[in-house]
Amino acid sequence: MTGTPRIWPIVLILAIFSTPLVIMYLYQVIDSVASPDPGSLIPGRIDMSNWRFLWERIDTGRPTIWAVTFNTFVFASTTAFLVTLLSTTAGYALSRLNMPGRPYFLGGLIILHAFPTITLIIAIFIILQAMGLFDTLLGIILVKAALELPFGVWIMKGFYDTVPWEIEIAGVQDGASRFRVWWELVIPQVKPGLAALLIISFLSGWSEFVLPLVLAPGSSTQVLSTFMNAVIQDDATADFGLFKAIGMYYSIPVIVIYLIFQKQLMNIYGGGTKG
Amino acid sequence: MELRLTKFTKAFGPVTVIENMDLTVGSGEMLALLGPSGCGKSTTLFAICGIHKMTSGKLHFGDRDVTAVPAQQRSVGVVFQNYALYPHMTAEQNIGFPLKVMRHPKAEIAAEVRRLADLVQIGELLDRRPAQLSGGQQQRVALARAMIRKPDVLLLDEPLANLDAKLRLEMRAEIRRIQRETGITAILVTHDQVEAMSMCDRIALMKDGEIVQLDTPKQMYANPQSQFVAGFLGNPPISFLPAQAEEQLVIGRGQAIKRPDGLEARGEVVLGIRPEYFGPQHGTGLSGEVIFVEPQGREELVDVRLETGGMLRAILPAGDPVRLGDRVNWGVSSRNILAFSTDGDRL
Repeated sequence: MTGTPRIWPIVLILAIFSTPLVIMYLYQVIDSVASPDPGSLIPGRIDMSNWRFLWERIDTGRPTIWAVTFNTFVFASTTAFLVTLLSTTAGYALSRLNMPGRPYFLGGLIILHAFPTITLIIAIFIILQAMGLFDTLLGIILVKAALELPFGVWIMKGFYDTVPWEIEIAGVQDGASRFRVWWELVIPQVKPGLAALLIISFLSGWSEFVLPLVLAPGSSTQVLSTFMNAVIQDDATADFGLFKAIGMYYSIPVIVIYLIFQKQLMNIYGGGTKG
Repeated sequence: MELRLTKFTKAFGPVTVIENMDLTVGSGEMLALLGPSGCGKSTTLFAICGIHKMTSGKLHFGDRDVTAVPAQQRSVGVVFQNYALYPHMTAEQNIGFPLKVMRHPKAEIAAEVRRLADLVQIGELLDRRPAQLSGGQQQRVALARAMIRKPDVLLLDEPLANLDAKLRLEMRAEIRRIQRETGITAILVTHDQVEAMSMCDRIALMKDGEIVQLDTPKQMYANPQSQFVAGFLGNPPISFLPAQAEEQLVIGRGQAIKRPDGLEARGEVVLGIRPEYFGPQHGTGLSGEVIFVEPQGREELVDVRLETGGMLRAILPAGDPVRLGDRVNWGVSSRNILAFSTDGDRL
């Protein structure tokens, strides 16, 4: 990394514009473990009491953090699993099978992907109510998965499009059935896409806020984002330290996942954009 | 095993690509489907391997009617232009895949893979993945995979197109050797006339979905049935020259060539003169100016613009003193002239 002198002005400009962000992140970390004196920016003594939510209920009537975390995990992973499973098959069909109405499916996907889903929230509310799935994890899992699907299908179609036809023809010539060709020869070629999609939809589920807020407001179905929302809204005197500590706790898995799977996540831009 | 295609028709929607084509490939024969792109040779190949359904017609392997048999059960080995190896499998797994699908015991698969690997001479590369193999080696793996099932027919779809010139020469000989050694019936699809001529027993030259001539390479070169065939075969290509067939073949303004024996046509004709039949070694008779000299090492390619218009190509041994801009008066070997009617049929 030997930068030429000319790069320094650019770095400087970028640094100036990023400073507010950096300060925000910095205080997010600092404030979660320290209690600054009022009106001062310099952190005072170390104070781990902000993290008390880990070992006790912050007040009665709220679920424990572990129940909420469990909910969030179930919500995010089930959604990711559903989205990936359906996108894997639907993407293949759209990429390879000559079915009636295929161009309309493709156009529809793009529209759905760009569609502001929040406008559907009342309709979804009514549907969930009618199905008896209102205020259940299953309900918001189904809704979230459905809304994520257009993106997933589109990404997977892009990955399938890069697999040469000849590989499939060769597989068929070698005597394998269409299904076996797909499972044994094609899927291994789109594995990077599968991994990326799985991670991305997990992260998307992990940070989802509006759907659980509106469609699963009860405390038994609370996820971390709505839990945080409740913490900051309820109290007359907002406990910012506690809020920031929960925020840290909430974002640690995301950071860890990004650090571990960086390479797989970059893949989606390599393969997906060719769609 | 003999392959017989009868009244084969293939249409994609309203577009008929091939109509009523008949083709028989003898047992153990290697036949080239040669033609420019879009002539229907790949369509024919896909119909034989079962990827495309035939619109009408029949396909027999030996006595077995396979017209309605799905690709998986046809016993056809295919080698593709880009080899189509399975990137996530080693060479050994690639070659063994067809037997694995057929649920052969592991030990038997391993032994067969070994045998094929020896045949195509890649024994020491079996644990590599395709990405770790050179083009020629990938080609050999693809060939071994296509042959491991002992298929009735081997189809080669432009197998040499992705190789560099030197390797192409080597693999040309290799594929022919393997085909001869195993006695398999093979069809080579190519647009390269040199490949077709050098590798195959017979060539089927296709144009616009029809076989325009089916012959041995030698016959097709010496005795083309049409101007298209004559123009397609031969490198450097043949030159065509319009002429008036009278007592002599008059090219214009007093320049004329002796009529070849047996030519009876009168009136307007098109003469086809291969480069090796025009030049100083054939005497004199046609004068013109050298407009292009292309040294090729062993020989030189010379283009001559005739005084009457029109152009002839000659091939001379290297070191010939002819220079760009020279005026020359060279002869034509008149018994090797090919004459065509103005609509391209051989006269």
